[in-house]
Amino acid sequence: MSAKNETVQSQATQYLTFMLREEGFAIEISKVREVLDVTTMTRIPRMPVYLSGVINLRGNVVPVMDLGQRLGMGDIEYTKNTCIMIVELEVDGNMVEMGVLTDSVQMVLDLNPEDIESVPKMGTNLNTEFIKGMGRQAEEKFLIILDIDKVLASEGEATLREIDNVVSLNLAESKPEEAAGLEA
Amino acid sequence: MADTEYAEVFREEAGELLEELETSLLELEKDPADLKIVSRVFRAMHTIKGSGAMFGFDDIAGFTHHVETALDKVRDGSVPVSKDLIDLTLASRDHIRALLDAATGSGEADPVEGQRIITALQALVGGGAAGGGKATSAPAAAVEKKDPTMGRRTHYRISIKPTPEFFVGGNTMEALLAELSELGESTVFKDAEQESGGALILLTMDKGINAIEDVLVFAESSCEVKVKVLAVEGQDEFEEHKKLGEILVEKGELSVDDLKTVLDRQKPLGELLVGENLVSRTSVDAALAEQKLVRDAKEKGTVGKGAESIRVASEKLDQLINLVGELVVTQARLTQVASHHKDTDLVEPVEEVERLTAELRDCVLNIRMLPIGTTFAKFKRLVRDLSAELGKEVVMVTEGAETELDKNVIDQLGDPMVHLIRNCIDHGIESPEEREQAGKPRKGTISLAAQHSGANVVITVTDDGKGLDAERIRQKGLEKGLLRADVEASEQEIWNTIFAPGLSTAKTVTSVSGRGVGMDVVKSTVEALKGSVSVTDSAKGQGTTITITLPLTLAIINGLLVKVADTYFVLPLSQVEECVELTREDIARFHERRMLPVREQLVPYVRLRDFFVIPGERPALEQMVISRIHGERFGLVLDDVVGEHQTVLKSLGWVYRNATGLSGSTILGNGHVALILDVANVMKCARQEEHKALTN
Repeated sequence: MSAKNETVQSQATQYLTFMLREEGFAIEISKVREVLDVTTMTRIPRMPVYLSGVINLRGNVVPVMDLGQRLGMGDIEYTKNTCIMIVELEVDGNMVEMGVLTDSVQMVLDLNPEDIESVPKMGTNLNTEFIKGMGRQAEEKFLIILDIDKVLASEGEATLREIDNVVSLNLAESKPEEAAGLEA
Repeated sequence: MADTEYAEVFREEAGELLEELETSLLELEKDPADLKIVSRVFRAMHTIKGSGAMFGFDDIAGFTHHVETALDKVRDGSVPVSKDLIDLTLASRDHIRALLDAATGSGEADPVEGQRIITALQALVGGGAAGGGKATSAPAAAVEKKDPTMGRRTHYRISIKPTPEFFVGGNTMEALLAELSELGESTVFKDAEQESGGALILLTMDKGINAIEDVLVFAESSCEVKVKVLAVEGQDEFEEHKKLGEILVEKGELSVDDLKTVLDRQKPLGELLVGENLVSRTSVDAALAEQKLVRDAKEKGTVGKGAESIRVASEKLDQLINLVGELVVTQARLTQVASHHKDTDLVEPVEEVERLTAELRDCVLNIRMLPIGTTFAKFKRLVRDLSAELGKEVVMVTEGAETELDKNVIDQLGDPMVHLIRNCIDHGIESPEEREQAGKPRKGTISLAAQHSGANVVITVTDDGKGLDAERIRQKGLEKGLLRADVEASEQEIWNTIFAPGLSTAKTVTSVSGRGVGMDVVKSTVEALKGSVSVTDSAKGQGTTITITLPLTLAIINGLLVKVADTYFVLPLSQVEECVELTREDIARFHERRMLPVREQLVPYVRLRDFFVIPGERPALEQMVISRIHGERFGLVLDDVVGEHQTVLKSLGWVYRNATGLSGSTILGNGHVALILDVANVMKCARQEEHKALTN
């Protein structure tokens, strides 16, 4: 986090803003490779609900996560604005691509460091680890700036209290089998 | 320092040579009298020295020079092959490796060690005079290698054909020839009829080829100059003497065809001799047979040595495989489109493309397949050094070294295998005394075997040591909470807890093992390669067998495409035994109990729709694909069997690495993603779930 703050302080950073269930969010645009319309998605059975499945991205199989579901904001409703942001992140030293389902992508926004408030200790109902800050906009509106690496990479750990139930149910189904699998 | 690009080439080449060197040395140890191996060792050292000097690795060239000097004495028979010599040469090999790593910035070499080896070698071959004085002048030796003609009487053929430009500058042939003649003994053949004609000089001298080049340097731009080394005195291997005809052809004064016509007129020497009654026909035949034998042997030697190969960066290969993968996918799509059009003109070329693609795919995949023996050879050294260090006597036998496996798999298999072999020597094999007491031969045996089994390669590591101490492992397992006290664990379960992190039953920690890391690394590495590892057999006092099962390749498989509702799945075709239909009546007959008699045998089945919680009604007529897992037949029930499918394996990504019953994905001709079923995993999970449901 501290390293990121330094870069923020030096100059304005560009963010891509998007909506999740009526609420405004933003992530650094440098993380986003491209934005796609929703295509045929293949669901992977017996996985947590927030993992929507995989898509064929020009010959590569890319996993897709329903970000709203991941953040405990309920089921997604597909509309013509629904789209997939292809985000690049580093996992175990390798760059991997991952699709993120959002209700709509809004715009590219320049935010100066002074436009970003630090995260309140409580009240967001979200794991504060996932939030980089609150971006201030006109008319007292705020955007939640997500640390998308953390959100995507903390897969399976269900760090959000809000969605604990949903996820742990799913995990409970698969975990004992894994453990049993190791013995045999 | 050396140019980095060339340094890389040298590093790779030297790496290979060092490996060869190691193998040869170990062979030599077994068979010290075999002078052929000595020459092989010598040649490897010689090449390292030579190319080391060429690419500017002077320290390597310098060090290797001393080793080479010692080996030369062995080669000419004045020093016998002894264990000390082999130890020292092996140590030299390691030192060269260290120097190499140091030069490329990935390690450090200890100069004291180098000096120690040199001193010891010199003491051993008793050749203080040969090497001692030169210890500091190593780079000089390197220079010598660059030019083998330096300081040796060498015969050259120099041909010069001047162009008109040559004379414009006021040069004359006479001056040039005179200058060349001054270098040594020379014979000049000049075309006397024309002043502007070329000339040919046969020159013999010992000033090195550079001296000639110095003279010719200014003429080179305006003349056609050819310098050829004919022979170096005292260096027999340089070039075979040529026949008269060959020399004339080479110089361009006689065409090959002309030579042939003339030669054809001539009877073979044997015929002539017999005709003149000088020798009997039988002795001519015998001589001819002998000649043929020698020639064949020579040809064989060169073919074996120079099996033509090209070095290619593995990224390029990976790229090629990816492209072929894409091609296979596109071709599948083309076939699908063509089948819709029902155009006979289209069908034929499409089928051709299909056939070619399949061939291309097999070809490309084959490039990456390497015999596993390359890794086995590396372990011989490990066994030798380790058993000496631990005071044990161990021989290693290998079987199925020719079994081929994907290069990527082989590369990653090295570390786990090293761990397993270390464990065998350290824990498994007893000391020679203990073994004698137990009535076993003093020498322990470790056997490495590899063999194909369907789409898998099975590697077993077996030792004839003391076996696993099941009771101690059980205790440890209980301590660490890996086993439960209230549940009676089977022998297999107990054995396989050794793969859990942190479990070691060694009483003392040695440099080799006992820290409890290792076996868990083995397990995780093998699993990352989509394989499995387990202790398959162990008996007290008789030894242990560990089996690793790996898939043959990680790239493309033949699959059976099936469908449940809208979801496509692919089963590896190698696991499919047959397909049968499952009717409503069948299901009713067994009152929804999941089994069906197939060929007079009850086969249990799992309905994928239920297992994967896929919503929707099941069709009236379902399909059942039967596969055989661990010798048991097992059915998967699904909606529809689509057909065979060339499957390019794609990972599901890190997010889904724990997905149940699936081992990956693939992209279909229509662009949809299909999921690849891990049949064994489906069966295991289904069985466990049923079990759990019953016990609750």
